[in-house]
Amino acid sequence: MTTQRSDGRPDPDALLARAEAEEAERGHGRLRVFFGAAPGVGKTYAMLEAARVRRREGIDVVSGWIETHGRAETEALTEGLERLPPREVDYRGVRLREFDLEAAIARRPGLLLVDELAHTNSPGSKHAKRWQDVEEVLEAGIDVYTTLNVQHLESLNDVVAQITTVAVRETVPDSVFEKAHEVELVDLTPDDLLQRLREGKVYVPAEAERAIDRFFRKGNLIALREMALQRTAERVDAQMARWKQEQGIAQPWPTRERILVALGPAPQSADLVRAAYRMAARLHAPWIALSVETPAFHRLPVRDREMVAAHLTLAERLGAEAAVMAAEDVSQAVLDLARQRNVTRILVGKPTHPRWRDRIQGSLVERLVRGSGPIDVLVTTGEPEETPAAARAAPTPPTPLREYLWAGAVVLASTALCASVRPLLEMVDEAMLYLLGVLFVASRFSRGPAIVASLLSVAAFDFFFVPPFLTFTVTDTRYLLTFGVMLATGLVVSSLTVRIRQQAEAARDRERRTATLYAMTRSFAFWRGVSEIAEAAARHVELLFEIDAVVLIPDADGGLVVRGGSGEKVAASERELSVARWVLAHGRAAGYGTDTLPGTEALFLPLAGGKAPVGVLGVAVGRRGAPLTPSQTQLLDVFASHTALALERALLTEEAERAHLTVETERLRNALLSAISHDLRTPVAAVMGSVTSLLDEGAGLDEESRRDLLETIRDEADRLSRLLADVLDLTRIESGALTARKEWFPLEEVVGASLARLEERLEGRETKVDLPGPLLLVPLDAVLVEQVFVNLIENAIKYTPPGSPIEIGAEVAGDVLTVEVADRGAGIPAGDEEKIFEKFYRVLGAGDAGGTGLGLAVCRAIVKAHGGRIWAENRAGGGAVFRFTLPVEGVPPAIEDTPAAAGEAAT
Amino acid sequence: MTDRKPADAAAATPGPLILLIEDEAALRRYLRPSLAAQGYRLIEAEGGMEGIGLAKQHVPDLVLLDLGLPDLDGLEVTRRLREWSRVPIIVLSARGQERDKVDALDAGADDYLTKPFGFGELLARIRVAMRHVAAVEAGGRVTEFSCGPLRVDLGARRTFIDGQVVHLTAIEYRLLATLIEHAGKVVTHRQLLQAVWGPGHAEQAHYLRVYMAHLRRKLEADPTRPRIFRTEIGVGYRLIWS
Repeated sequence: MTTQRSDGRPDPDALLARAEAEEAERGHGRLRVFFGAAPGVGKTYAMLEAARVRRREGIDVVSGWIETHGRAETEALTEGLERLPPREVDYRGVRLREFDLEAAIARRPGLLLVDELAHTNSPGSKHAKRWQDVEEVLEAGIDVYTTLNVQHLESLNDVVAQITTVAVRETVPDSVFEKAHEVELVDLTPDDLLQRLREGKVYVPAEAERAIDRFFRKGNLIALREMALQRTAERVDAQMARWKQEQGIAQPWPTRERILVALGPAPQSADLVRAAYRMAARLHAPWIALSVETPAFHRLPVRDREMVAAHLTLAERLGAEAAVMAAEDVSQAVLDLARQRNVTRILVGKPTHPRWRDRIQGSLVERLVRGSGPIDVLVTTGEPEETPAAARAAPTPPTPLREYLWAGAVVLASTALCASVRPLLEMVDEAMLYLLGVLFVASRFSRGPAIVASLLSVAAFDFFFVPPFLTFTVTDTRYLLTFGVMLATGLVVSSLTVRIRQQAEAARDRERRTATLYAMTRSFAFWRGVSEIAEAAARHVELLFEIDAVVLIPDADGGLVVRGGSGEKVAASERELSVARWVLAHGRAAGYGTDTLPGTEALFLPLAGGKAPVGVLGVAVGRRGAPLTPSQTQLLDVFASHTALALERALLTEEAERAHLTVETERLRNALLSAISHDLRTPVAAVMGSVTSLLDEGAGLDEESRRDLLETIRDEADRLSRLLADVLDLTRIESGALTARKEWFPLEEVVGASLARLEERLEGRETKVDLPGPLLLVPLDAVLVEQVFVNLIENAIKYTPPGSPIEIGAEVAGDVLTVEVADRGAGIPAGDEEKIFEKFYRVLGAGDAGGTGLGLAVCRAIVKAHGGRIWAENRAGGGAVFRFTLPVEGVPPAIEDTPAAAGEAAT
Repeated sequence: MTDRKPADAAAATPGPLILLIEDEAALRRYLRPSLAAQGYRLIEAEGGMEGIGLAKQHVPDLVLLDLGLPDLDGLEVTRRLREWSRVPIIVLSARGQERDKVDALDAGADDYLTKPFGFGELLARIRVAMRHVAAVEAGGRVTEFSCGPLRVDLGARRTFIDGQVVHLTAIEYRLLATLIEHAGKVVTHRQLLQAVWGPGHAEQAHYLRVYMAHLRRKLEADPTRPRIFRTEIGVGYRLIWS
């Protein structure tokens, strides 16, 4: 990396990276690590002392977890310090005490002390490791002091194991150590440490003896101390470099190195990863860990595939970019990726297989070196990358017995054929016939049956057709060559066939993935809604991985809701939902197979949108039987990111639609308000005028005028009341507060009820009702539909001359009921047939007929809520007809007489 | 001034005592002189608790109860009054409170009026309610009922229209008899279903509607313009008393 540009200013990329680091630091607690070479150097003591200083400065210091190991001086320092009670965990009948993460975050101290960063939490804890607890505390914005020994650092784990011969299981990723705000080295010379140990200051005496024998040998301690000092020095170097960078101080950087490490299933690969990490750290270089999945890889035992996955995870934890490629040839894949990513060094393990195999198959290292061009190839201790799968493929899967029987049968058939046509054939032809059989077996079945067929053919040929007949004895050595050729041909053909078949399998596999990805992407383009996309995503994951999947989306209240997939199978329990919530909040995967909350059966992946996670994808890996291979995991990640993109798009669309709707509603509301204020004022003005006139002039008015004024008041009040009723109806229907509650109802009864309500106003008019003969039951909300009739009939009364007839009719065609209300008035002006159903629209020139301008709008809203439509037209012969439809779906409930009714008779 | 006058007049000739439970002053102000002019004595409460207290203290002949009270809703007031009193209750409700109205009626209220209502309507409802009380207090079973062209001999269980015998099924007759029992008042779907079909059928309103339609076809001149069996949509049925 060149931080220094030609104009002498710092590299903007570097500054950007620094800015991002600072960004992350803001609102984030700061971590201080008390770092030591071995237990007993006084880390806890130093931490407590520092904490006491901070407390004197007025900082709110709380001890989350302190391991004093019964050391008196350390105990003394904890006095007066607030200690969080430990969380008690029952594990197989043993009460274990653990650091209480939830309590610590709830307590929110200014500074939290958490001893032993490398501790592994007891099963059932939220996180597998304490350093993950600490990360969460830091994320909550709380500063943390902690302690760590050098042998627990992930990258030094193997080195420590080599030196001390004690394998340390509890490791902390180097990234945690590197991200720490401060690292304080607590140093003690090996002699002093051993002295303290003997004095019983570190362990109780019995334990101390054993410890001195095994771990605390002076040589070990010196080595560990060196490592701790070196690691701290490296950190200081890095800090210095960073500082210089910040200050814009010129510094000569080497050109950017990039390292690629190729991994396989052998245990030594872990060491290879660590070696690569150390190299990358020294060079400040980014690095890539690659696992190549050859066709044979898929036939490896589950254990080996898991091993590869573990190595990739380890590499990721150490800061590598993990990559998985599906390819035929490992060396080609490694070189391709190396060129593509401008890799400068390729790291592979030393081969451990016998040399003859390289002679036959060619050596990976050699092919890499030959093909690498300008790229350095480094070979270190570790395992060979030589097509890891092929070498171990033999044990799986077992060839079915059927295939061997086929091989035997084919040889038998060849023999029979040769015997039957023997007089016509030369001996060479017979050999050819046998060879044909071998080719057939080799092309159809796997290698085992092909070899068996070759051997059997040679034996049968020898026995039956090579003189002396019916013995295995061979007199002429020429035949040995024939045998050899037959055997070799069988082997070559079968191995070729097997390879072709494997290639085909790999191609099929790749194609299947591509097809599924393509199908999913296409279905995302097709679906618009969040639920549909969630459902499609879950379905595709279920199809491809043969696994139950679920997509969870946060709702308005921040809870997670299942929007697609088999929710009841994957995220049924509160425990799983809480894992999903954690994933959503932290944007990291958790659950089965991860370090966080691994106790669940499902793995939860964040669906990371542009800004924040838009949801969570859950897959029930735990119940699948086989774990996911690294390439499947990678594919799942690709799925998750595609899904996240599609979901984010859908969510944004939904949001935009909501915003649009709000604007539209607002506009309507304003129109409504201005119309209402006008329509309200008119009757109020009339009432006010009449009333004041009555009050002031009451005595002076004659009886007729007073009656006139009083009637005005009554009519206007009535109009106001109707207006209010219409506005209320309309508002309730449109806001969705009023939904049609359909019940089977005799149409006749609704018509009767509405006519009864208008009895007075229909006085002196002929009202014809013509309904279908038998009792017609219609599913409708009677309260609402009665209002439709009332409004339509009122409308007819208002806009037609007194005394003109009103006709009500209905008919059922199929599953639609059409109702009409017809009059003999002036009809509807051309072009107004639609507009009259709009709010506050009144027909021009019709005069003030006392309408509210809302009646028909209410009708339309109600009919729409029933799933029908309403329209108006002019009648032949004058007048208007209003028609509306109501769907008549389903069968009306049967009416049976109750037994009580049947027995009794009345006349 | 005007407030006291009717009260004095009422004291002289004690008319029926009406308890008005209504929180809106305007409505109280309008009912006060209007009811007094009709010879009713009136006591007023602004809230449900106060109303229940006044009812215990004065034992009114009728209660006018607003459903939307600030302290206790009308339904609850109805329930509490019904714990110890059979006083007729007429519920006053706003439009759109169908559910509350039906609940109050099912809880024992006698009738309802939807606001805004005319004074004439109110008087008619009061009279019907009072007449029912009088009929119940008189004891003695009514043996014959007539209304317009309809005549029912309740002793012989025979029904006539314009003097002609009409044959009714058992259910139709029981439906008719239940409506006659409450003639003039609204009877809710639930009340009718329970009375005719028994407690198990209280939710099957479509039974009721179909049988009402049968009854109308047998007894009404034009079933689409019923003059005897009025439908109160969303509430129930009313047999018109006149």
